[in-house]
Parts: sequence; structure tokens; C-alpha cells
Amino acid sequence: MRSTSSQPDLSKGTSPAAPAKWAAGGARPRQARGLVARLWSARWPLLFVSPFFLLFAAFGVYPIIFSLWLSLHSWKGVGEMQFVGLDNYGLLFRDGPFWNSMLNSLILFFIYVPVMTFLAVVLASLLNAGFLKLQGLWRALIFVPYITSMVASGYTFKLIFDQRAGIANHTLAIFGVSPVPWLDDVWWARITLGIMMVWAWLGYNTVIMLAGMQTIPNELGEAARVDGATRTQVFFRITVPLLRPVIIFAVTLSIIGTFQMYTEPVILTGGGPIRATETPMMQIFGNTFAALKFGYASAMSYVYFGIIVIVTLAQLRLVTRKEG
Amino acid sequence: MARVARTAPAAPRGTLDLVPKIVTYSALIMISAFMVFPFVWMLVSSFKPFEEIFSGTTFLPKNPTVKNYVSLFEQSDALRKIWNSFFIAFTSTALSVFLCALGGYAFAKFKFPGHGFLFSFMLASMAIPFAVVMVPLFIMMRNYFHWIDTPLPLIVPGAANAFGIFFMRQYMSTLPDELLDAARVDGASEFRIFMGIVLPISIPALVSLGIIFFMSSWNNFLWPTAVLRSADQQTVPLMLRGLQGPPGRTAFDVLMAGSVVSLLPMLAIFLVLQRYLIGGITTGSVKG
Repeated sequence: MRSTSSQPDLSKGTSPAAPAKWAAGGARPRQARGLVARLWSARWPLLFVSPFFLLFAAFGVYPIIFSLWLSLHSWKGVGEMQFVGLDNYGLLFRDGPFWNSMLNSLILFFIYVPVMTFLAVVLASLLNAGFLKLQGLWRALIFVPYITSMVASGYTFKLIFDQRAGIANHTLAIFGVSPVPWLDDVWWARITLGIMMVWAWLGYNTVIMLAGMQTIPNELGEAARVDGATRTQVFFRITVPLLRPVIIFAVTLSIIGTFQMYTEPVILTGGGPIRATETPMMQIFGNTFAALKFGYASAMSYVYFGIIVIVTLAQLRLVTRKEG
Repeated sequence: MARVARTAPAAPRGTLDLVPKIVTYSALIMISAFMVFPFVWMLVSSFKPFEEIFSGTTFLPKNPTVKNYVSLFEQSDALRKIWNSFFIAFTSTALSVFLCALGGYAFAKFKFPGHGFLFSFMLASMAIPFAVVMVPLFIMMRNYFHWIDTPLPLIVPGAANAFGIFFMRQYMSTLPDELLDAARVDGASEFRIFMGIVLPISIPALVSLGIIFFMSSWNNFLWPTAVLRSADQQTVPLMLRGLQGPPGRTAFDVLMAGSVVSLLPMLAIFLVLQRYLIGGITTGSVKG
């Protein structure tokens, strides 16, 4: 999940080590004996990292290759696999529910991520205010949804937004508003899911923004204030631009998170009404475990992965181009 | 790790600055209320009889009852499922944290052939979404390992975790080399140095990572749904999903009681170790 954050560190963290290693070892590997000796002298660190690479080979690399192989076959999980070439991919391009689920993810992204990201930056700057008392308490209150099981909170939201029994509509009724079909209308269901996503992830995003903000020296804002800038100006002209890398990081995580959403819609809406909140993960899961179309589900997961990569790269491209 | 904790207080300004204070506190109160309300509603509803939940006219329960909790533990063998969840979360966390510390230590403090390549390779592996491996992983668990309906699919495949190794490496790079060299001069083996020196002084990072792992295991839903089939192997989130109400209706009464039960352990951990959890989450994003 945090791959995007780690990439910059990669160059920072390992490149100093690599030249040092060559320098220490003198010339590049000379003979086989030299290599064996070097491996033997590095036996401890190699042993220490080996569990990861062995487990990753078995439960990461092998499944990925197996999945590609499966995607060229028709297989119900038992009996003979039947080679079908690219048929699964051909079928997939005409699979309405799958593309509908991709579109749902995109719509959901635009419903909740801009609001949530903006609120997170505002909230972080409120929490970062010098005069604020009990910063830890406020942060904890905002963060607590993050530790909750999405199954538990999904059912709680389902109860709150129930059209007849929910407290949301009961409260609105006091003000004379007629019942809102929170979970029973195509667009309202997406909005309600969006509200729940903001509730669940705002705290996490705020904590990330706050940590980023604390690396910005306070003096910058204070100097601007002395020069007569308003708080709003400081926020938009100093805080937001300096926080840009952290904001980009958070939005990238939100893109990936939105496309991988599963538990929330399964519990809150069951994907309905009329597939309006069905996500790609629900499609893949259904094709695997309900329809037992293992080959087809593999093809689907490959196309899905490809689209996430393209969308993420496109977003990064878009924001880095603006920088120039 | 504690970088989130405090900011230097700004110099006090005049009373004219009362407005930003009022705005800030009222905004924080509103947002906190939005965040906390679902928990309050979960709690009060869990003490209401089914009919009262559905009439939805009162805030506090008119006829408070613990019947929902009683039927949760009677109907669905909740203790068994809490134990399953706890066993899986504890075992997978302990194993993962140990292996991540081991790997992170090697990447932080050693030079070895392939260091740079292996590290990049490991980081790249984090970009693979679970969906891509889910289908074949399930087939492996079922056809090769025969691990369906056991806790093993939830413990073994994720045991060495790239994020965790990266996380531990970040922390362990800051450990002083002199300490390790002194132990080497004394003739301690590398594994003894790791167990005796490196692990004990890395406890803050181990706790941070441990909470993150424990939490994601405790709340995990997708993969357990796939590999745990029989009722007595289920974890708490699967139990909630399986609770049945009157025909055609959701069993909100027992569900709210179950939700409270599922939340309590995480809440206890959060209240005691909040600083470590938030420190852990921001490590990957800002320092990186």
C-alpha cells in the first residue's frame, strides 16, 4: 500500500550502500571462488532476509504466474483445465457488470476523495494550531474509526441510514424533510457509501497530513502573518503548496483503496441497488467463489490490475506536469 | 516516532485572535461528533429490544436489556469465534513482526551481494494488489496444502511482509553501529546479537508494527471469507456477517451487540498504545 511513499526513499536509502560495497570489494566479482567467499561472509544477512524471499516466491511470484496461466484456461477448480487462449479476455471486454463496477469505483472516487482530502488538510491545520489544547484527544476522536472493523461500522451505518427506522431520516423528519432513500436509490446509495468512506478514512488522512505539516517550519507561516497575511492566505499560499507531496501521496493511496474496496459495499448495500455500488473486487470475488470461474476471474484480476496501474500513473503524471 | 505528538506553542497573540479559536474549536467539536456518533449509536442500540430499534423514536433505550448480548453468545458461539480471531491475530502478528525485524535488520545494517536489487524487488512487490494473487492462492490453499478451514492461510502467506521489513529498516538504520561492533568483538554470533541487543532496543518499532498487523488481522474480512468455511473456524467479522434476523430483516439488535464486542479489544489497544499506532502509520508516509 505504501509503495508510492517508498519509491523516493529507495534511491536515498540504497544507492549510497551500493557504491560503498563495490568500493570495499575492490574490482567487480573476479572468480567463482571470490563470489562464494563473498556469499559465505554475507551468510547471516542473507539468512535473515531469506524468509521474506522464500515466502514471496511461494505465495507471491508463483501465484502471479499461475494466475496468468489460469487466465488462458477454462477451469471450475476440479478436473481437467481446458485451454481457451485469449477467450476469457475477449469475453471480459463485453462483460457489462465488470465495466460497470470499474465505473462505480471511478464515480465513488470523485464523490468522496476530493471532499475527504480537503477536509483532512483543513483538519490537520486546525490540529496544528499553536493555541490548541488537548491536541492528542482531538486527534484520537477523529482517528478512532480507523481501528474499527468495517463489518461492524458497515452494519451501524446501515442502521443509521435505514429508510424507515434510521435515525438519519427520523432527525430530518423533525425539520419536515421527507424520508431520503439513503440506501435504496442509485445515487443516494453511492453518496451514503461515500459518507461512510469519509467517516472511516478522514482520521487516517488527517494524521498523515498532520505529520507532513509538522515538517514545515512554523516560522514560515508566522513571518507571513507578521507581514499582514490572513490565516486563509497562509493556508492556501504556504501550507497547501508545501504539503503537496504528502497530498499527492494520500490521493494515490485513496485511488488504490477505492479500487480495492470490498467490505464496505458488501455490508452496507450488498452492491445494490441495481449494481450501483458494486465494486471490481466484488466482481472478482463472485466470479471466483460463487461462479467458480477460476480462469475467467484470473483474467479479470489481470485487467483490473492493469487499469489500477494506468490510473495511478496517469494521476501522478498529471500532478507532476502541473508542477512545471 | 513521537514526531506527531507536539508542536511548539506559538507566542500568545492579542484577544483579537479569539475568532480563530472559536472557529477552530467549533469545527473540531462538529467533526468529532460526526466521528463518535456511530459508536454511540452502536452502543445504545445494542441495549434496545429489536422492536425499539426499528421504531427508532428514542435516543436512549426505553427498556434497556442485555438480551442482545446473551443471544449473541448463545446463538453464535461467540466465545469460540473471539478466540479464533485472537489466536489468528496474535500468531500472525508475532510471526510477522519477528520476520520483518530480521529482514529489516539485515537491510539496515549489512552490506551483502544483491542488497540493492533485493531491496528494490521487495519494495516493488508492495504494488501488487491482493486481487491478483487471490484466485491462485485459494487454489494452492485448497488443492496443494489442504489448509482450507484452518488458520494457516491467514498466518503463513503474509508472514514476511514487505511493508513491515521496510518499516523496520527505517527504524533500525538509526541504531548505533558501535553497540553492534562491541558485541562482535566479544564474539557473539550475529543471531545472538539480533536476539539479545537489536530486538530489545527496537521495542517501540516492534510495538508500532505489531499494532498495525494485529489490527488488520482482527478486522480482516475478504480473505477469511474465502478460506474459513465451517462455523466453528470463523472469526468475529464473519460471525457478524452470519447473524440472522427475523425473515427478510437484518438482525440489528444482535448485530449491534456483536459490533460492540468486536470493537472492544481494538479500542483497549488503541487507548493504551495510541502513540505507537499513529507513529507507525506516519513513518511510511512522511519519513519515506
